[in-house]
Amino acid sequence: MTPLLTTKGLSRQFGGLRAVDGVDFALMPGEIRAVIGPNGAGKTTFVSLLSGRIRPSSGAVVFDGVDITAMPAYQRVRLGVAYTFQITSVFANLTVFDNVALPVQRTLTDGRTKGQVRTGVMAALERTGLADRAGTLAAHLSYGHQRLLEVAMGLALKPRLLILDEPTQGLADSEIDNFITLVRGIARDATVLLIEHNMPVVMGLADRITVFNSGRILAEGTPGEIRANTQVQDAYLGATHG
Amino acid sequence: MRDASPAKTYALHIGVIALLFALNFVLPDYHQGLFARIMALAVFAMGYNLLFGYVGLLSLGHAMFFSAGLYGAGLTVYHLGWGVPEAFLAGVICGALLALVVGLLALRTSGVAFMIVTMMFAQVFYLLILYFAAWTGGDQGLVIQQASRVFSIGGASFDLTDPIVRYMSALSLFAIVLLVTLAVVRSRFGRVLVAIRENEERTKMLGYDTVANKLAAVVASGAICAASGAAYALLFGYVGSNFASIQYSILPLLWVLLGGAATTLGPLIGTLFMYYVTDITSGFTSAYLLIVGVALILLVLFAPKGIMGSIRQRWLGWLP
Repeated sequence: MTPLLTTKGLSRQFGGLRAVDGVDFALMPGEIRAVIGPNGAGKTTFVSLLSGRIRPSSGAVVFDGVDITAMPAYQRVRLGVAYTFQITSVFANLTVFDNVALPVQRTLTDGRTKGQVRTGVMAALERTGLADRAGTLAAHLSYGHQRLLEVAMGLALKPRLLILDEPTQGLADSEIDNFITLVRGIARDATVLLIEHNMPVVMGLADRITVFNSGRILAEGTPGEIRANTQVQDAYLGATHG
Repeated sequence: MRDASPAKTYALHIGVIALLFALNFVLPDYHQGLFARIMALAVFAMGYNLLFGYVGLLSLGHAMFFSAGLYGAGLTVYHLGWGVPEAFLAGVICGALLALVVGLLALRTSGVAFMIVTMMFAQVFYLLILYFAAWTGGDQGLVIQQASRVFSIGGASFDLTDPIVRYMSALSLFAIVLLVTLAVVRSRFGRVLVAIRENEERTKMLGYDTVANKLAAVVASGAICAASGAAYALLFGYVGSNFASIQYSILPLLWVLLGGAATTLGPLIGTLFMYYVTDITSGFTSAYLLIVGVALILLVLFAPKGIMGSIRQRWLGWLP
């Protein structure tokens, strides 16, 4: 099977800091991949390079056989790379409906889906359990619901690769369980790449885990392999569990 | 944009147009003339509002789009002897082309820099009008003769110097632009424009080419403002450089702020309000601008969202 996404020697420097340093990475279609690592390991920079929010200093990103290294972010979105923000950035002054209508009408304009805006919006809202709040202003939603809205917007883009940047941050435990179910559902149609700090979520959800440290990949493997990896335990897991 | 019944919204807008139509038969001569002027200028405000209210781009150079229409129509009539419809079209095209060029350059900036860049372009345009005084009449301007302002469509002849024809022409343009802006802001394109205003970075990450959308909005805004300018030249028979001065870049901003930014009816209400405050107070005192200023300060203090914006916030959430 050919990978959906690969990077070769991907690097990004900020001044003298190598935030991402020569990363070779491959993501198989249909998998749920978690990216973990200590703060400042370069995880968010790495996914920002994938989504096109920042440009690499060197290296290449290939998505589904197409070199997208120089492609602006909005065109990557149209190819099917969706990104949900670490800091919730829904449109606070728009209704929940309009928030989701924006990505839905995008896919309709591109011809990637067919039908009415309303149908697509309500489908995404029902999947995330927000259907009864369609007319509410996003600013009036609870934090947990705003995170869900963020995911609904990502879903509505009909992505082939959905990048979730710390999606469970700030969620209550009860909300996290629903969230895990939701991501499993998404993974039936799309490949999921998530940055996550919550270890139970990572271990319960990910098919494979990539561990970042100091801008490089420290280790990669199944949850079991990562748990058993002594290097990872020293760099990261030891710190959180010890 | 909100979950409102479209029927109610369209009924309101058509009601406003019908009311303005009826006013033609009720208003005394002086006020009839004033209303024609206000409707023509409200189109200017609506064009400005499309960019400022909905996309959140504050331009300080919209006088150039208004005067591109003014001169585009005025000069083709005056020098080339074009008919009224052709001249009007020429004005609109001039405005749209100018907006395209200015937009391509000015949209490389945002925020304060965008304000300064648009203001500079408008100043260049203003100085060019003065520089080419041989054709433009410089600061004296040009008067378009009555004979040039008569046109016929399908055998019927219209004289734009006739008060009723003038009023109805201004109303027609106003009605068309009002309904077009209403349709635009309720459309998918309108939703993207508002999204850019609210959070441009996020809009990009939903797959939108925000620069292209902003450019389309600048061109639409420029074309509407130019339509207002072209109509103004043809309806009132005068083309002058003062319409290209900084004052006419700030006026639409004030009208829109007063009436309510990002409301479809705000530009009309703001223009109407400001025109009448100026008109009434200048009858009592030569310091009328002071009173206008006080009125503005009061509005900003007590109704920062403008007249229609406050009404929407407090009572009628469904207003577009």
